[in-house]
Amino acid sequence: MATDNIMKVNLKVWRQAGPKEKGGFVTYENVETTPDTSFLETLDILNESLIEKGEEPIVFDHDCREGICGMCSLYINGHPHGPATGATTCQLYMRRFKNGETITVEPWRSAAFPVLKDLMVNRNAFDQIQQAGGYVSFNCGGAQDANAIPISKVDADEAMDSATCIGCGACVAACKNGSAMLFVSAKVSQFVLLPQGRVEAAKRVKAMVAKMDELGFGNCTNTRACEAECPKRISISNIARMNREFLCAKLKD
Amino acid sequence: MSNSCLSSIGKKLIMSISGLFLVLFLLFHMSMNLVAVFSGEAYNAVCEFLGANWYALVGTMVLALGFIVHIVFAFILSLQNRKARGAERYAYQEKPAAVEWASQNMLVLGSIVFVGLILHLSQFWYKMQFAEIAGITNQYGVADGAAWMQYYFSQLPVVICYLVWFVAIWFHLCHGFWSALQTIGWNNKVWMDRWKCISNIFATVVMLGFAAVVIAAYIKSLC
Repeated sequence: MATDNIMKVNLKVWRQAGPKEKGGFVTYENVETTPDTSFLETLDILNESLIEKGEEPIVFDHDCREGICGMCSLYINGHPHGPATGATTCQLYMRRFKNGETITVEPWRSAAFPVLKDLMVNRNAFDQIQQAGGYVSFNCGGAQDANAIPISKVDADEAMDSATCIGCGACVAACKNGSAMLFVSAKVSQFVLLPQGRVEAAKRVKAMVAKMDELGFGNCTNTRACEAECPKRISISNIARMNREFLCAKLKD
Repeated sequence: MSNSCLSSIGKKLIMSISGLFLVLFLLFHMSMNLVAVFSGEAYNAVCEFLGANWYALVGTMVLALGFIVHIVFAFILSLQNRKARGAERYAYQEKPAAVEWASQNMLVLGSIVFVGLILHLSQFWYKMQFAEIAGITNQYGVADGAAWMQYYFSQLPVVICYLVWFVAIWFHLCHGFWSALQTIGWNNKVWMDRWKCISNIFATVVMLGFAAVVIAAYIKSLC
């Protein structure tokens, strides 16, 4: 680490020994890092020092560190994935913060995402929603020639935009209602806009919404906080599409 | 459709339909009130038409049902949402710039609207349609809406209360109108900003219409 580029931050981190233990904030002062170090690497540096001191390292989720797997979470200084827009926590760099700043780091807060330990929450609820209908159940075969099944550019783009949802849960974390409708609507949309997904559209939307409700997520009140905080900029127009699909499917019952 | 009303989207749909019904009522009520600015006699004729007639009573009951459904479902959804948020709250929160204040405070705004509604009903509906049904005699006639309006809106504290009430309804409508259409599914990326703009214009026109009647009556009392 080049000494001329060092910055120091105070990390106020939520520590919780287990799902049923009482948690609280612990402030780690003067954590040395650099502006070009990522936020997760800074946590790695802090963890190294904690291990060296014989203390328990901070538990947090991470995997690809490229912004595509959806594993990282963290509510940093009042925002899911931190203050950067359109980026995940792993794409957040320390140059976003001031030297000497105290950074508050919390886990996602939602009844459906219980804290497992420290900053790690259980996002299995999203897996369950996907398992309820977030797939095409028949064999679509190999990749078709581009002109075999005509799909408009608009629909293809919308489906692709919806499919960029990485299922990180930032929408739930940002929502004052703990609603998962942005996630579910993105998953419904990515299929319903394409011919292969259209076939099971009614069954899918009913199953996924029913599972979402069963798991205790809240009801959308269109505050648009989810859309503003989503690292993939998923639009709430997906929610309108999901509502439309759901209501039409129910009317046909 | 059996259990669809129990789903999250079903409950939101009920909120949307009842809300849009109340929006239409507000438009009708504002149009009716504007008549009073131009002619007290014409306004009283409308009041007479909406007295203790069977169609006006049925209309009042349907309207009351609309309010009750909207309020009851607002509380059901709010309680569920509180529970879904979990017991722990964030220690540090920053509202994204794109999030409008009204969208996060619809229950608070709705509660202010409800308190104003009680005041309004006690001043007008109770002294007019209800008095006609119950045979109660007051200082002004049961169909003399213009006189009741002039009596109440000559009092500055009442005028201020009504204007505050209108501001709360304006905020509630600005978010509620486009939000209802979004919930029904009549929205997409193109129409998102259009509906928001239409909501703001609609809410402003309707509430300015209501405010104009109150202010005109107050100014008349000063002359």
